[in-house]
Amino acid sequence: MGETFAVEARDAVKVYGTGVNAITALDHVSVTVSRGEFFTLLGPSGCGKTTLLRCIAGFETPTSGAILLSGQDITEEPPYRRPVNTVFQSYALFPHLTVARNIGFGLEMMGKPKAEIAETVARMLALVRLEEFAARLPQQLSGGQQQRVALARALAPKPQVLLLDEPLSALDLKLRKEMQGELKRLQLETGITFVFVTHDQEEALTMSDRIGVMRAGKLQQVGTPRDIYDRPANRYVADFIGETNFLTGVVEGGAVRLGSGDLVRAALGGQTGTVTLAVRPEQIRVVATNAPGAIPARITGKVYFGTDTHYHFALVDGTEVVARLQSRAQGEDDLPKGVEVGLQFEDSSVQVLGP
Amino acid sequence: MTERRKRFAIETLPGFTAIAIAAFVMLYLPIVTLVAYSFNGGSSVAVWGGFSLHWYEVASQNAAVQGAAARSFIIAASAAAIATTAATMAALGTTRRGKFTGQTFIYLMINQPLMVPEIVTAVALLIFFASIKVATGYSGLGYLILAHSAFCIPFAYLPIRARLEGMDGAMEIAAADLYANPWQVFRRVTLPLLMPGVAAGAMLAFVISLDDVVITEFVKSAGQDTLPTYMLGQLRRAVTPEVNAISTALLGMTVILLTAFFLLSKKRD
Repeated sequence: MGETFAVEARDAVKVYGTGVNAITALDHVSVTVSRGEFFTLLGPSGCGKTTLLRCIAGFETPTSGAILLSGQDITEEPPYRRPVNTVFQSYALFPHLTVARNIGFGLEMMGKPKAEIAETVARMLALVRLEEFAARLPQQLSGGQQQRVALARALAPKPQVLLLDEPLSALDLKLRKEMQGELKRLQLETGITFVFVTHDQEEALTMSDRIGVMRAGKLQQVGTPRDIYDRPANRYVADFIGETNFLTGVVEGGAVRLGSGDLVRAALGGQTGTVTLAVRPEQIRVVATNAPGAIPARITGKVYFGTDTHYHFALVDGTEVVARLQSRAQGEDDLPKGVEVGLQFEDSSVQVLGP
Repeated sequence: MTERRKRFAIETLPGFTAIAIAAFVMLYLPIVTLVAYSFNGGSSVAVWGGFSLHWYEVASQNAAVQGAAARSFIIAASAAAIATTAATMAALGTTRRGKFTGQTFIYLMINQPLMVPEIVTAVALLIFFASIKVATGYSGLGYLILAHSAFCIPFAYLPIRARLEGMDGAMEIAAADLYANPWQVFRRVTLPLLMPGVAAGAMLAFVISLDDVVITEFVKSAGQDTLPTYMLGQLRRAVTPEVNAISTALLGMTVILLTAFFLLSKKRD
């Protein structure tokens, strides 16, 4: 017998509408989330990530396929019978109930005794550091505080899985950073499995144990942040997560001949013919033109970002390449436009993606 | 010298203010006069005989007025309760589900009493109830309550539906997510959030019922006068400031309820 997963989607399909108007929101998605894992569904809006979340919560029923919770098929169960809670993008706090009543709502509906509810609510308020706001109404709180109430409300019934639907998107940048840390802390403290939906790749990379990248209703790749970033399965994933240079070339021996005529070594894994190479901007070194293996390039522009500077280069055939160089002491790496330099790719950093 | 051309605006037309004032005078002067003469010490509705609360005293001690007031109140309260309940269910049925065929038709059906001439409804009810009276022998206030409930439904429906449509469906989904079964969702989330709309609808229904003359006049049995039909009956005889006093009391009640309705309708979460 294999591991029972906290959540499992088996060949889940969700089609909205019928006939020519049919939209496939989930296209045969199969994925497993382990117990205690922080799993992120990442993708642009309309990629199906929220639909999958809603199928797990029970707000939607898949057209076909199954949703399992701890090995049990819950596909047809209504949301109120699933030990799963959701943190909504809009928070959806009950405006007519105090913060404490909001947090206690789930337990109250489960018919827990009053003393237990009061005790749990107090513990949750402490967990999200809102002890002094228990008697307030949601609209008397700031956005960040409302967010924490929504979290506490969803955690209070001790769900097997916590679903988070872009919960940080309504917050400003500073608060968002703060809440990212807070979420991670809560997840570690409670040990609850988190399924987190976001379109923000940085959020996904920093918080997740594993990420599932989605596009047009299909899972593109599932893996650790490192996997996804360093070994993207396809061009889409490489492009969506971080910035990437795509270089087209033809396999020649154990290396790839670029359009510029330069030869780049890469782990080909048996691929032949035309391939696309993905090289991250931070994995490119700028060296002297005569350095071994240097690809000649000319600086066409640069953008200063504070901690680093993005240099734009043109290879001899005009192919554009972007490299990110860390800013050093003033003036030290200040390469002017038009200068001819050499570029070196770290062998292990070059990914081969097929044509 | 350049002078910017004034843009056209209706409120800058000559006579705009004068017409507005004239309209308000036409609307409120008769009412002000009516209210003023309710405090007339004399027994005329046209000749001032000094300030007095005499006619209020007369009206409040008049057994017929007391009976009519009690009846008006019972009918209005019952009709408001029934109409509001029906309207709440209708509003939930028409907004808390996806679009369905015949939705517009249902809206029209619910709001039809606003469009059908009242006299037509009155005659229809008279004939309909008459046959039931013959068949059952019952001739109590039930007919009036039912009739009032029916024409009050659209008035209760409109504010409730407006409230429901402005309500965030996410609350209900959140409640279901937090283990509330459909009944608990309704009881603990939908209804409390809907309450301002329900209260506003009930008040509007109450006022509409309280004011009704035409349908009541047709449907009522002997000895079932409400305040408006009693007043109508009085006007056919000698007119004394007693009618003014009753009117003023009715007006005061309506103004209070409509103010409450307005405040409730404006209330946001």
